[in-house]
Amino acid sequence: MNDGIHPIASLLAAVARFISGVQVQWAGCEPSVRQRIYFANHTSHLDFIVLWSALPSEIRARTRPIAAKDYWEETPVRRYLAANVFKAVLVERGAMAKAKTHEEARFTGRSLIEDMAAALGSEYSLILFPEGTRGSGEKVEVFRGGLFHLALRRPDVELVPAYLENLNRILPKGEFAPVPMLSLLTFGKPIQVEANEGKEQFLERAREAVSSLRRIGSA
Amino acid sequence: MPQAFHDATLMWMFGAVLVALIIFQVTGNILKNRQHPEAGRSTIDTLNARIRAWWKMCVIFFLSILLGRIGALVVFAVISFLAMREYMTLVPTRRGDHRTLFWSFFVIMPLQYYLVGAQRYGLFAIMIPVLAFIFVPTSIAIAGDTSNFLERSVKIQFGLMVCVYCLSHAPALLLLNIPGFAGHNARLLLYLGFVDQMNDILQYLWDKLIGRHKIAWRVSPNKTWEGFAAGVVSATAIGTALWWATPFTPLQSAGMSFMICLLGSAGSLVISALKRDIGIKDFGVVIEGQGGILDHVDSLCFAAPIFFHLVRYYFAP
Repeated sequence: MNDGIHPIASLLAAVARFISGVQVQWAGCEPSVRQRIYFANHTSHLDFIVLWSALPSEIRARTRPIAAKDYWEETPVRRYLAANVFKAVLVERGAMAKAKTHEEARFTGRSLIEDMAAALGSEYSLILFPEGTRGSGEKVEVFRGGLFHLALRRPDVELVPAYLENLNRILPKGEFAPVPMLSLLTFGKPIQVEANEGKEQFLERAREAVSSLRRIGSA
Repeated sequence: MPQAFHDATLMWMFGAVLVALIIFQVTGNILKNRQHPEAGRSTIDTLNARIRAWWKMCVIFFLSILLGRIGALVVFAVISFLAMREYMTLVPTRRGDHRTLFWSFFVIMPLQYYLVGAQRYGLFAIMIPVLAFIFVPTSIAIAGDTSNFLERSVKIQFGLMVCVYCLSHAPALLLLNIPGFAGHNARLLLYLGFVDQMNDILQYLWDKLIGRHKIAWRVSPNKTWEGFAAGVVSATAIGTALWWATPFTPLQSAGMSFMICLLGSAGSLVISALKRDIGIKDFGVVIEGQGGILDHVDSLCFAAPIFFHLVRYYFAP
């Protein structure tokens, strides 16, 4: 795998910026090449590309999305985009729920976390949408557990919350073509798993860290 | 070499605009560097923001004139795109409007500019007032969501009218066939832009200097009748003085400038009212870093179509 950005990726990022006119605010941290997991709310297919395009190019070259295997392996075009253009880390959604036994679920869960930890390697950052699926944009849904387990597995990696606004109007769930509108992206202060903090507690705090970055209609 | 460089008069007009801008810029800088109480300082900051906006508009006009007909159409199409992107962000559209919006951005807008460029006057004049007027509500009805149906149709139609239809009449000036004026149409575009922007900035200055009686304080708290009158008179005077660059006599030039000033003021007022109505304060943050394109072109939106039609009716038989 080389370090460069795929030309199609750069092109799509430019188109996404033009359509979304995204304004980026680094409210809680500065852009950095250090390893991070960016986790954000999810309302649109554009979320990843907009977040990714907002990163400076040297960071972008080392940042990979975590995406749903079922969706991105469905057609050859999607497969190509995921594997070659964005170097996505594909994970199976709901794999643990599908498992027949408790043991099997634990095993699947652990191997998912191992996959993601391996994708981080020693230089990559990841983009993760812990809600697992796209919401309506009104509120941030409950986070799935992957973020917690990955954070425990790789405590050296910074967890950066991010909030994307108005993208659900640009390309809502169920629509194929985007409509140009302005949008906002806010990066918050990195969080970490505290000592003795349980899974639910941490996930709720992480969710709060994301939704508190909302700029429109808050306050 | 673009044709514009061979038009000495046009180059003189460019020169005049630059001189006017530099005078304003220097004045703004002098005022800024003097000591002022807080209240005065915010006025001066606003003034300097306006001068910056004006530089941007100048660059847009210079670019579109230097790039020739096609270039001007592309520049104005991009402005229409940015203005409508901003407008649609601000007005509360619903999920059911998605496809209508898609068509508005990617079919109706390019088509309008194509028709202007192809000099299909009969078609571009009815494109949005008639065809889009029928298309928009039909398309929303097909989407099946009837809540606030009328409001939503009108909002999209209004956006298309202001951001696309009206603005497209500015580059359309370049395509008029005016007897005895062939090859000089770029001067008309610059004339429109110059008088319109002069009116903006002079009204602002006169408001500050002699303003007493508010026009519509709810809509635009700083606009006064004195500033309006003095601004229109002084900008009309400047426009009249440019008659030598146009196909107009001095008296006709005065009439044209006066129309541009009145309509420019109307445009600014209407866009201010619109922003109050949709509660810009919530979305102001979205617009902030984008330069507020609508604020830059609001006065041009109303002035451009009427100026175009006046010129076409009286000077391009």
